[in-house]
Amino acid sequence: MSILNDRMYTKSHEWVQFLEDNKARIGLTDYAQDSLGGLVFVNLPEEGDDVTKEVSFGDVESVKAVSDIFSPVSGTVCAINEELMDSPERINDDPYGVWLIEVKNISEKTELLSADEYEKYLKEEA
Amino acid sequence: MDLKTALYDRHLKSDGKMVPFAGYILPVQYKSGVIEEHMAVRQKAGLFDVSHMGEVLLSGKDALSNINYIFTNDFTNMKPGKVRYSPMCNESGGVVDDLLVYKINDEKFLVVVNASNRHKDVEHIKKYLFGDVNFKDISDDISQLAIQGPNSEKILLKLAQQESIPQGYYSFVEKAKVSSIDCLISRTGYTGEDGFEIYMKNEDAPKMWDMLLKAGEEYGLIPCGLGARDTLRLEAAMPLYGHEMDDTISPLETGLDFGVKMDKADFVGKKGIEYKLPVKRKRVGLKVTGRGIIREHQKVYANDKEIGFTTSGTYCPFIGEGIAMAILDLEFTSLDTKLQVDVRGRMVDAKVINLPFYKRSN
Repeated sequence: MSILNDRMYTKSHEWVQFLEDNKARIGLTDYAQDSLGGLVFVNLPEEGDDVTKEVSFGDVESVKAVSDIFSPVSGTVCAINEELMDSPERINDDPYGVWLIEVKNISEKTELLSADEYEKYLKEEA
Repeated sequence: MDLKTALYDRHLKSDGKMVPFAGYILPVQYKSGVIEEHMAVRQKAGLFDVSHMGEVLLSGKDALSNINYIFTNDFTNMKPGKVRYSPMCNESGGVVDDLLVYKINDEKFLVVVNASNRHKDVEHIKKYLFGDVNFKDISDDISQLAIQGPNSEKILLKLAQQESIPQGYYSFVEKAKVSSIDCLISRTGYTGEDGFEIYMKNEDAPKMWDMLLKAGEEYGLIPCGLGARDTLRLEAAMPLYGHEMDDTISPLETGLDFGVKMDKADFVGKKGIEYKLPVKRKRVGLKVTGRGIIREHQKVYANDKEIGFTTSGTYCPFIGEGIAMAILDLEFTSLDTKLQVDVRGRMVDAKVINLPFYKRSN
């Protein structure tokens, strides 16, 4: 299971990468996409919607099941990854290259894990 | 405490993702994942461990009258070596379970029931038994494998003589042999594809599994889990207990008229089914026309009026679309009726389409 050092992680298996201007990109970890299996639908908020830390902002569906995606931060959605509307399986192909939403005006963060901490957390969970 | 089937170690070896199901630990999928497993069955072949299914034997002079009374189908003119589908109802005409009856001879029938209903079914059947009949639950001694898909017969022919392979759909060979293993083979399945179900002693199951996988390698056979079993049966519009049927739904509302013989002598549930006639609601197929995936037990609306509920739903790999089955008020069941489904608070557009969603061409 791959984990990258260039970003932070949540216990609910999202990754967050902080950008300039108090913005961040949010995606799903390799562990998340592997547990979910082949993704067939992604339901995302719209630009301008507010998201709140630890609250679901959308969901991803595999053939088997639907799973909520929880926001690691509070802020306003400033971009969504449109390519996922037609090709949700891109998340399976490249979980760290494919982001779900970009958030601006970040006001709060949940407790985030470093790559090492996330790796340790996955081992404890297993 | 969940039980392991005789193939538990084989599942781990094939990287099965193990989950509790109907009292057993079974693979929901293997390494290839639900989509690939689903496609293998439609285009090549897939191997399923379905040892969790329940098997009971009914024998004796009155065995036939018993099954004719306890199940809704009519078994009077059935020939030995044939398999027949039937619902089994409670007295109010709801469905206790659906099952397959194998006629071994005039006084001996094998009945295969759903794993999750096995104990309830056994109690239900026992309650109504009469006359000269022996009843035996042999589920714990029997393993069952299903090999499904267009290449199934070719694979089986590598390991078995022609006379061990049943030719007609819904027929079986009682004393079959695959390599050196004694088994019963029926040409049945729960995928909408050609294929076989093989019943054998638990101790023979691992060897059977290994032999089939090896023989099937050149024909694209892969192990398949419960996930693909569900998407395949759903695409073929085969009903599942707890979804399209339950203790409150009449089999005629599910559209199982072919398995309910209202003109035969009295049977358990006949009055209850009659009481609900003519049916006021019916099972239909839905296709998602909006954005999203419909799942089971979601409310269905037409012009803001609640008109029923979904019973199963998913994204179907072969068709490549979101589909669902639903039980709806009769007036909304005609083809192309436009509806909305409440998917966790979001209304998703759908329309009524014909069942089954998938039908094999040969």
